[in-house]
Amino acid sequence: MKSKPTTLKILDVFSILVLGTAAYLALVVAPTERVMGNVQRVFYFHVGTAWTALLGFIFAAVLSVIYLVTKDRKWDRIQVAAIEVSLVFFFITIVLGSIWARPVWNTWWTWDPRLTTATITELIYIAYFMLRQGIDDPDRRARFGAVYALLGGLSAPITFFAIRLFRTIHPVVIAGSNPEADGSFSMTGDMLSVFFFALFTFTVIFIDLFWNRIRLGDLQEKVEQLKLKVTM
Amino acid sequence: MADHLSPSLLRAIFAIVWKDLRAEFRSFELVSAMLVFSLLVILIFNFALELDIKTRQSVTAGVLWSTFAFAGTLGLNRSMAIEKDRGSLDGLLLAPVDRSAIYFGKFISNLTFMTLVEIIVLPIYSILYNTNLFQPGLLMVILLGSIGYTAVGTLLAAMSVQTRTRDVLLPILLFPVAFSVLLAAVKASGGFLNNSELTDILLPINLLIAYDIIFIAVSFMVFDTVVEE
Repeated sequence: MKSKPTTLKILDVFSILVLGTAAYLALVVAPTERVMGNVQRVFYFHVGTAWTALLGFIFAAVLSVIYLVTKDRKWDRIQVAAIEVSLVFFFITIVLGSIWARPVWNTWWTWDPRLTTATITELIYIAYFMLRQGIDDPDRRARFGAVYALLGGLSAPITFFAIRLFRTIHPVVIAGSNPEADGSFSMTGDMLSVFFFALFTFTVIFIDLFWNRIRLGDLQEKVEQLKLKVTM
Repeated sequence: MADHLSPSLLRAIFAIVWKDLRAEFRSFELVSAMLVFSLLVILIFNFALELDIKTRQSVTAGVLWSTFAFAGTLGLNRSMAIEKDRGSLDGLLLAPVDRSAIYFGKFISNLTFMTLVEIIVLPIYSILYNTNLFQPGLLMVILLGSIGYTAVGTLLAAMSVQTRTRDVLLPILLFPVAFSVLLAAVKASGGFLNNSELTDILLPINLLIAYDIIFIAVSFMVFDTVVEE
């Protein structure tokens, strides 16, 4: 069995380091927001995880197309890895958003279009795993998974643009502003650098987990094949 | 694959639709089940939401669409399960026609069943709650919403019948994906029912049309891979 590649080991350590730095920057270095106070610091990780998760979902939809064209199961394993990591990241986004909303909106949850579409996106990918669980034949599982992830990927962009289409109280901090938003603010120079560092951090962590998960999938596949060889 | 809209393809689609409709009109088992189920759902909403005149104004669109969505899954599930259980799906797959003909045939017959149920439910709802639902705009929204819902529903039903959990799985797969269609449909229907400005209704209608096209196009492209053995 091949041992873990050195690059991946280095990436593991690197992602822990950047996560520590990002936490320090967000919690200590970044200036306190005037109106919302310290709870605004949640924002850096909230957007960081959301950004990577949504990109992961769209990436999974692209992998669907590649799988359906090539029919190579390698792409299916990569897709599962992308969706699994994105699912966890998006869950963190929702939880962090909830923590922020409690003092700012005075409620943990509200049925705002942005929040609703986020939940639906999360549910789509939970359904994705339920679909896969119900199928025994690996080729069919891969095909159905690809089709469903493609449909899901069409809804992820809608989540992102929902704040621009429907009336919502969710703030738009990046590229434009939402006059009806509650809890909006504009970033100062220091905030911007911390924000971009957080984006960078979560992209690194995503790639690291993604890579580890792909490796896990490959090993699982190998174990399956070995089991088959033994029984035959 | 070269001539997608050739007369033979249209004939194949028509043959499948005709087969489904004929089977249905002999037994009425699908439409009658959907219909009774819809009325029961409305009845439950009546007690759950206390549909007095004031609340009715704001929730009619939501109640209607929840009813259609629930009844829709019932029909979609059944129409595919029949094919699978009787082994007629294999027969269809063996037929020397393009696979997309099977998708469109199934889609059109599912859509027909759903609209049939809607045509009966709408007047009943109008009488029971003394609201006029027969506005051209609303009817158009209901048709557009049903098209999007059955377009993606037919594809997902074809997938879910081939899984271990089958009937349980379809709503779980379908509702989150069809959510955007349902959301736009409820917004547009509510707009028409409350006589909103046309500019307010235009956005959800455009979304509906966009989703109809996207879902039909995607389903058409991937249906092949869903039914292949």
